[in-house]
Amino acid sequence: MSLRKPAKNQPENFVFNSSSLEAAKRIIANYPDGKQQSAVMALLYIAQKQNDNWIPLAAMKYIAKFLDMPYIKVYEVATFYSMYNLSPVGKYFVQVCTTTPCMIRGANKLVEACKEKISENELELSKNNNCSWMEVECLGACVNAPMMQINDDYYEDLDKEKTLKILDKVLSGEKPIPGSYRGRVNNEPENNRKTLMDLKNA
Amino acid sequence: MLKDQDRIFQNLYNDLGPDLTSSQKRGDWVNTKEITEKGRDWIINEIKDSQLRGRGGAGFPTGLKWSFAPKEVKSRPHYLVINGDESEPGTCKDRDILRFEPHKLIEGCLITSYAIQAHVCYIYIRGEYFTDGQKLQKAIDEAYEKELLGKNAAGTGWDLDIYIHYGAGAYICGEETALLESIEGKKGQPRLKPPFPALIGLYGCPTIINNVETIAVVPTILRRGGKWFASLGREKNTGTKIFCISGNVNNPCNVEEEMNIPLKELIEVHAGGVIGGWDNLQAVIPGGSSMPLIPKEKCETLTMDFDSLMAEKSGLGTAGVVVINKDQDIIKCMARIARFYKHESCGQCTPCREGSGWMWRMLERMSRGEASKDEIEMLEDVTKQIEGHTICAFGEGSSWPVQGLLRHFKDEIKKRNKFDPIVKENKDIPYLVDQHLLDKNA
Repeated sequence: MSLRKPAKNQPENFVFNSSSLEAAKRIIANYPDGKQQSAVMALLYIAQKQNDNWIPLAAMKYIAKFLDMPYIKVYEVATFYSMYNLSPVGKYFVQVCTTTPCMIRGANKLVEACKEKISENELELSKNNNCSWMEVECLGACVNAPMMQINDDYYEDLDKEKTLKILDKVLSGEKPIPGSYRGRVNNEPENNRKTLMDLKNA
Repeated sequence: MLKDQDRIFQNLYNDLGPDLTSSQKRGDWVNTKEITEKGRDWIINEIKDSQLRGRGGAGFPTGLKWSFAPKEVKSRPHYLVINGDESEPGTCKDRDILRFEPHKLIEGCLITSYAIQAHVCYIYIRGEYFTDGQKLQKAIDEAYEKELLGKNAAGTGWDLDIYIHYGAGAYICGEETALLESIEGKKGQPRLKPPFPALIGLYGCPTIINNVETIAVVPTILRRGGKWFASLGREKNTGTKIFCISGNVNNPCNVEEEMNIPLKELIEVHAGGVIGGWDNLQAVIPGGSSMPLIPKEKCETLTMDFDSLMAEKSGLGTAGVVVINKDQDIIKCMARIARFYKHESCGQCTPCREGSGWMWRMLERMSRGEASKDEIEMLEDVTKQIEGHTICAFGEGSSWPVQGLLRHFKDEIKKRNKFDPIVKENKDIPYLVDQHLLDKNA
């Protein structure tokens, strides 16, 4: 288990804006009548997106009322799942995978790069307050190791130099191009493809 | 090597495009109506004949699982739930199906829903795969537009709605009952079984849960026949499987191959060999991090299927092959996996919640050489006390890799760890009040 705590400085109020409200209603319609509690995970995502990448306690209280469920149940969900940020993480949230398949391909170099560019410690905002980083468990792109995720996008086949360049872009407020950074096509074996060759050459 | 025409996932590398028109050219959605017209029993029997085993790790026969669903729908509706919470370290096969072969999955959902009489299907995708989920959503929208989903889906007379439910970074939600809890909007903590989800599952209704890959191969099996599928691989381990080869290999890749393929062929031919040559190989994790590792000597002749790996006290799991060469510290690698399990334990059962942390801390010390000889036995004891004493299979998943390390690399640990806790000389430590006993002249 991981220990997760809400931030000390919490905003007083939270309400969905009109686009969030619309998205929330659409999600609730996906579930049977009376089972609106199922939408809590999606609604927490919506709140996180609306509130600069993190969920304040006020948002949890709001969602609890919205879905007609106890506040503690929303709090439980928000603290159980690791993708809900309970404190500010900046506009760009960098997550470096360091589980074994990435580790043996040099994920620690990516961590070094983050320490150099963003901040010495995990979950600490960079000097310009727009970025933070964190070590995470397997992100499920093991054949493209080492890799990291920035907000919703995957950046694959990295090394320290490439990571530094990506982080420079992020820190200057630009979104780098996602995907493989070794010019690799998806998950095919690089320069060693033996299967489905007719389709490749077609 | 498997012939190209026998590969189910023709678009694994996205040469052809994942959209509906290209998928139809590859044969998806061609005669869905005719397949369903043959009836539920025919579909389930054909899947039984194909001897398809679940691709999510446990390898349970799919046809058998479907036959557990009640034959008649009573007051409670049936549900189909697709498990796309792919989080096992070393595995990334479902991601490619979601983004490049979404129509195989959607068509599979329709046929399976028809077979088990479900009108609603939830696809659970891990939150990190948000962009891949969006691609699947696009394919679902496309299918709705062409009336392949919704009312009278694809002209089969069966109504089906598919919804995507995103997870939020919890490995345990890959466990089927934890996944159901998560869809219900709770913490992902597994339920006790029985009752099994086939009778009491999502919202207390009969629910069939299958892996993404399992469902995606269903339409092709029904088109080409269960016999064709069963002719690949060997008895009880039939068909094709997507293998993910990662770690210290020259060309890490995903590749669809026949079951029972030699591990050496997988590594040497498809993944371009071990970095530093075959002799530089140290060990291989054959089926995602939960499966015990296999040392080099056994890798020479090992074949990759459920039963032959079971015979080696390991397992095929999700077929995520992690290759570890001699440049890596094997104890450190396993300590990192133990840290993964410590982080991902849901906290419901004490042996797992506490034990996963113990194993991690002990392995970390062992990798630094700070453990004593006795602790190696103690670690083994801890793994045995976790295994089989938890609600779900996470207990096994976290203790098996450690047991594998102890089984094959005990000498390595012993060589490194010679710490002796007995104090033999006077030390200036205030709380060691009995040091006078060390006085040899007494």
